[in-house]
Amino acid sequence: MSKIKLPTWFVLILPAILILVAVVLIPLLLSLYSSFTPYRLTRPDSLYKWIGTYNYEKAAKSWVFWSAFGRTVLLLTIALNLEMLLGLGLALLVSRVTRGQRALRTVMMFPMMFSPILVGFQFKFIFNDNVGLVNNALQSLGLTTAAIPWLVDQKLAMFSIIFAEVWSSTSVFAILILAGLFAIPKDPLEAAKVDGCTPWQTFRHITLPFLMPFIYIALAIRSLDVARAYDIVNIMTNGGPARRTELLWTLIGRTGYVDAKMGYANAMGYVSIFMAIFFTIFFFKKLSAARAELGMGG
Amino acid sequence: MAMDINRQHRFKTRIGAALRHITLFIAMSIICIPGLWIVLNSFRPTVDIMAKPPVWVPRGLNLDNYRAMFGGAGEGGVPVVQYFTNSLIISVTSTVIAILIGMAGGYAFARYRFRGKSAIFIGLLLTRAVPGVALSLPLFIVMAKTGLIDTHVGLIMVYVAMNVPFTIWLIDGFFRQVPPDLAEAAEIDGCTRWQAFWKVEFPVAKSGVASAGIFAFLTSWNEYALASQLTRSTFSKTMPVGLRDFTSEFTINWGGMCALAVLMIIPALILTFLVQKHLIAGLTFGGVKG
Repeated sequence: MSKIKLPTWFVLILPAILILVAVVLIPLLLSLYSSFTPYRLTRPDSLYKWIGTYNYEKAAKSWVFWSAFGRTVLLLTIALNLEMLLGLGLALLVSRVTRGQRALRTVMMFPMMFSPILVGFQFKFIFNDNVGLVNNALQSLGLTTAAIPWLVDQKLAMFSIIFAEVWSSTSVFAILILAGLFAIPKDPLEAAKVDGCTPWQTFRHITLPFLMPFIYIALAIRSLDVARAYDIVNIMTNGGPARRTELLWTLIGRTGYVDAKMGYANAMGYVSIFMAIFFTIFFFKKLSAARAELGMGG
Repeated sequence: MAMDINRQHRFKTRIGAALRHITLFIAMSIICIPGLWIVLNSFRPTVDIMAKPPVWVPRGLNLDNYRAMFGGAGEGGVPVVQYFTNSLIISVTSTVIAILIGMAGGYAFARYRFRGKSAIFIGLLLTRAVPGVALSLPLFIVMAKTGLIDTHVGLIMVYVAMNVPFTIWLIDGFFRQVPPDLAEAAEIDGCTRWQAFWKVEFPVAKSGVASAGIFAFLTSWNEYALASQLTRSTFSKTMPVGLRDFTSEFTINWGGMCALAVLMIIPALILTFLVQKHLIAGLTFGGVKG
């Protein structure tokens, strides 16, 4: 048999590469191409008309696009920072508990099992202005008599969406940071105590630097699928009312499927792809830097 | 004087502990209440859920929502059993395939040296960062052209591709923890590389592979953005997409939806509890030492 022998590593990673090329790369190339055409689902022949960067120019000049873009960046920044801080706080609290800690850890993982679309429905329900849990509770306690329009008012709706997003993802941070807290070597902590460090100094100069890689792992994992927030927003408000909570993803979905303007939607889709890739690379860079600092690289 | 400082100190610690417990209690309540609310409402008649003024003390709890759900196309008319079966077939098949591909890939990254290794690795991971809704547009076109839309096979392929990058990352981390000497020793004893892998290295990394599997399963089980566009009929709709069947233009059948939600959560809950320890170890060690 005169067969060319492929290196073993190549044979082993080949299936992974094949499936990703078939399901991700080829469709992405198609969408890149179609973003230069006026492609509409209803008119298949429009796929063969080249209009250059028209779609991108249209997006760049569109106020709707830029406000959705800005809102998406704002949402991600607020949500990721809040999740990190709350996760850190929760992990520190749970790590101090001696009895029943296992049970607490299990409860903490609860939101991770919820499908994002379920989180969306759940909070749409809870924040419903008429029969929702929040308004019912506020009214029964006599704190307000009005029905607060949680999902209608622009600021309140963004707050509700961020609340839902933070609820569903804080546990990822809490659990990874907790694992980091358990892995901290005890010697430096004791040395700091002997040297008379205050608890805050110990935390700031010993605990936190050690936790950084764990925080960046959590950020890296989250950045891999931040777009899952689309499911939540899609259900809670779907960008409405009157585009007040429009995010890049809901805008893409509506342009592509409801308005059937695939070419334009794909052009905006590419902007969202680059944004996601930017976030991911940024956090992976931070992760390897934090690792190198602790001498764990390799 | 010394006593006094001592007492004051103890007082401070006690206040601190009390504050910590209160904060923890509030945090845990916020985590639990939304989920428990769903479970509770799945047992309540819709009249009570929508009541104004609200009904706080649960009354008349019953299984009507579940009965309607499993009763096929009865009230509400949502074919839940079919959705459950679709979800199960698609999630299990795609998980098994993703694990096999991920094991091969993870092993390659953990054990072999080759040029462009980290570039390929990052490239694989980045495919996971593509937002589902952006990917669904071209996938929709491709699948419509190839006749894969609204089929199990189509969705299985998509979920395999979605899970492979993360599976490789996790499994790579676990194989790195297995000392290479183990397999070498087995090879010296006359095993082939293949035998050495299955008899020596695989058993050590088994738990990691299992947790990667659970992760992949949960991702497929809960995925919505792609499934909502690539499925059309009861033939391939999964449960997350099925949740939408309870909504109509103006009303939402909350009771029925909560019952389906509970059905979705139970398998996820059981699986997560089974592997929670390995899952944490996998994520942290795969990431920190990788």
